[in-house]
Amino acid sequence: MTTRIDARFAELAKEGRSALVTFLMAGDPDPATSLNIIKALPRAGADIIEIGMPFTDPMADGPSIQAAGLRALKGGMTLRKTLEMVRGFRNEDNATPLVLMGYYNPIYIYGVDKFLIDAKTAGVDGLIIVDLPPEEDDELCIPALKAGLNFIRLATPTTDDKRLPAVLANTSGFVYYVSITGITGAAAADSKVAGDAVARIKRHTKLPVCVGFGIRTPQAARAIAEKANGAVVGTALVDALRDSLDTKGQATTKTVAAVADLVASLAQGVRGAKQAAE
Amino acid sequence: MNPSLPNSFRTGPDERGHFGNFGGRFVAETLMPLILDLEKAYAAAKADPAFQTEMNGYLKDYVGRPSPLYFAERLTEHLGGAKIYLKREELNHTGSHKVNNVLGQIMVARRMGKKRIIAETGAGQHGVATATLCARFGLECVVYMGAVDVARQAPNVFRMEMLGAKVVPVQSGTRTLKDAMNEALRDWVTNVHNTFYCIGTVAGPHPYPMMVRDFQLVIGEETRKQMQEAEGRLPDSLVACIGGGSNAMGLFHPFLDDPSVEIFGVEAAGHGLTQLHAASIAGGRPGVLHGNRTYLLMDDDGQIQDAHSISAGLDYPGIGPEHSWLHQTGRVTYLSATDDEALAAFMLLSRLEGIPPALESAHAIAKVTELAPKRPKDHLMVVNLSGRGDKDIPQITEILKGKKQ
Repeated sequence: MTTRIDARFAELAKEGRSALVTFLMAGDPDPATSLNIIKALPRAGADIIEIGMPFTDPMADGPSIQAAGLRALKGGMTLRKTLEMVRGFRNEDNATPLVLMGYYNPIYIYGVDKFLIDAKTAGVDGLIIVDLPPEEDDELCIPALKAGLNFIRLATPTTDDKRLPAVLANTSGFVYYVSITGITGAAAADSKVAGDAVARIKRHTKLPVCVGFGIRTPQAARAIAEKANGAVVGTALVDALRDSLDTKGQATTKTVAAVADLVASLAQGVRGAKQAAE
Repeated sequence: MNPSLPNSFRTGPDERGHFGNFGGRFVAETLMPLILDLEKAYAAAKADPAFQTEMNGYLKDYVGRPSPLYFAERLTEHLGGAKIYLKREELNHTGSHKVNNVLGQIMVARRMGKKRIIAETGAGQHGVATATLCARFGLECVVYMGAVDVARQAPNVFRMEMLGAKVVPVQSGTRTLKDAMNEALRDWVTNVHNTFYCIGTVAGPHPYPMMVRDFQLVIGEETRKQMQEAEGRLPDSLVACIGGGSNAMGLFHPFLDDPSVEIFGVEAAGHGLTQLHAASIAGGRPGVLHGNRTYLLMDDDGQIQDAHSISAGLDYPGIGPEHSWLHQTGRVTYLSATDDEALAAFMLLSRLEGIPPALESAHAIAKVTELAPKRPKDHLMVVNLSGRGDKDIPQITEILKGKKQ
């Protein structure tokens, strides 16, 4: 079965370039603005869209994404509304892959079976769930694969060659390589080190490998795009969004453009990469 | 007898860290290899007689164990029912049961070659115990503590700093214990190569709930022996307070397979169960947080809710997964005590026995004042006095001043 993610990476391979993967929090700072931002991303040059599902206790996220989640929750965001947002996006765009990223508890409380049906129907293509390692695959990973969704696993610098096969076993869509040990937005990714890690992972899988954590600028995105099948940018976009808000944390007329403009320059960086990874 | 009940309540968890449907290993991939290493290192330590011998030496001469089992004569007379014994964990070095677990974990950390120890703390008892043992073994120590708790547990903050630990006030979220745990997990994920996370309670990803329980079993094992010496038989009931539930698990576990022993855990009911509270079993339902599936306080969207308790050590929206399982199987009865009941119990025990309990332990005493009068005079009731109240005196002084005005 080919998902939108598989199709997108196949197209990009033909074009001979890597993907720009963007992350923003659903409902940040309010549901309507958030939908407008998501709708603007493909035009600005995002190839794959990750949408964060806000959670009160995001234990792998740094201050920027923590704050984005709290803004969204304060704005009344829920998992049900996140799925509504996906439907709103899909009314206009049926090609751009869309991945939900977050923590397990809201899905567990929503009900795994109901969530998978609703997510698939809404037009979600894949899931990244930070606190579900392969050891807990029975919880959501296996049911998600059965439901026709990709389950995208994080591999990290601590995932050694011995452990990689277990991490990759039920992974689909792409592998998300976390380029640092740490939380989102903390440190800068070293493209040389990340490149070596991507090469190591590629010895174990045919899946595309995207690299995230610590990529903030078009130059950094470009450097990563030369080594990996995709560069994931999250915190920098969330920060651009935050900086566009008024003193009460409300969206302004500049908010959508602030994010879209940064995505456009990141996309230029990615497209300027000398050569994409095989 | 329910046919689905296990033959023994003491065999958990399974190899994947499950107590029934509770527990597990819900952590980021970065931490997973380390958790598997820890599981191996702990299993090796447990099987090594030298480890046990060394630990017993420190428990005796450094911690001051065994802690006494004390017949609380005036409290017993006052309540007019069951004969009440206090398990005096507050007499341990550092002032609470927390040191039992920290000693064990620090010894495991040393075996693993880890030089940097991090911990979360609520009331500061676990932080103080960790800072103490890091000083003793020359290890770097960083303690995460919610900013709200830093303010209400000032004596313990000073103590930790005096012992050479760095105390980091956590400003994120609700600025209490759960946020301290989030921040400790963020530190761990960042410094995974050299850092050992010393979790203070029977919660977190496997193997922590099992390992922390094992290090606290000494409470119940001593109680069993001491009660045999004092009364020639087993106690009839056990009572302990529960935040995450480590002091309770330590006391309860050696008695789980003795059906004659009634067991009561006491959660913090805060302002009352219909208002802000910290009673995960009474007011929550199963969910996934901080590495395990367990009872949690949350809303309909699965967002974790703020807990409230007068006691910083119980101010946590979850509970250890083995407690969730013991609740589900019905082996342990979970009650709750409000802030006001705990305060009254604090005063009562101070005045009758000359023993100011920690506000955490005062929750257990509060329920003893309800349970004991309904039981006969030959009923033997043990309550775990998990910590001493010295750290709470500034906070209680403020509260009493406020009440007078």
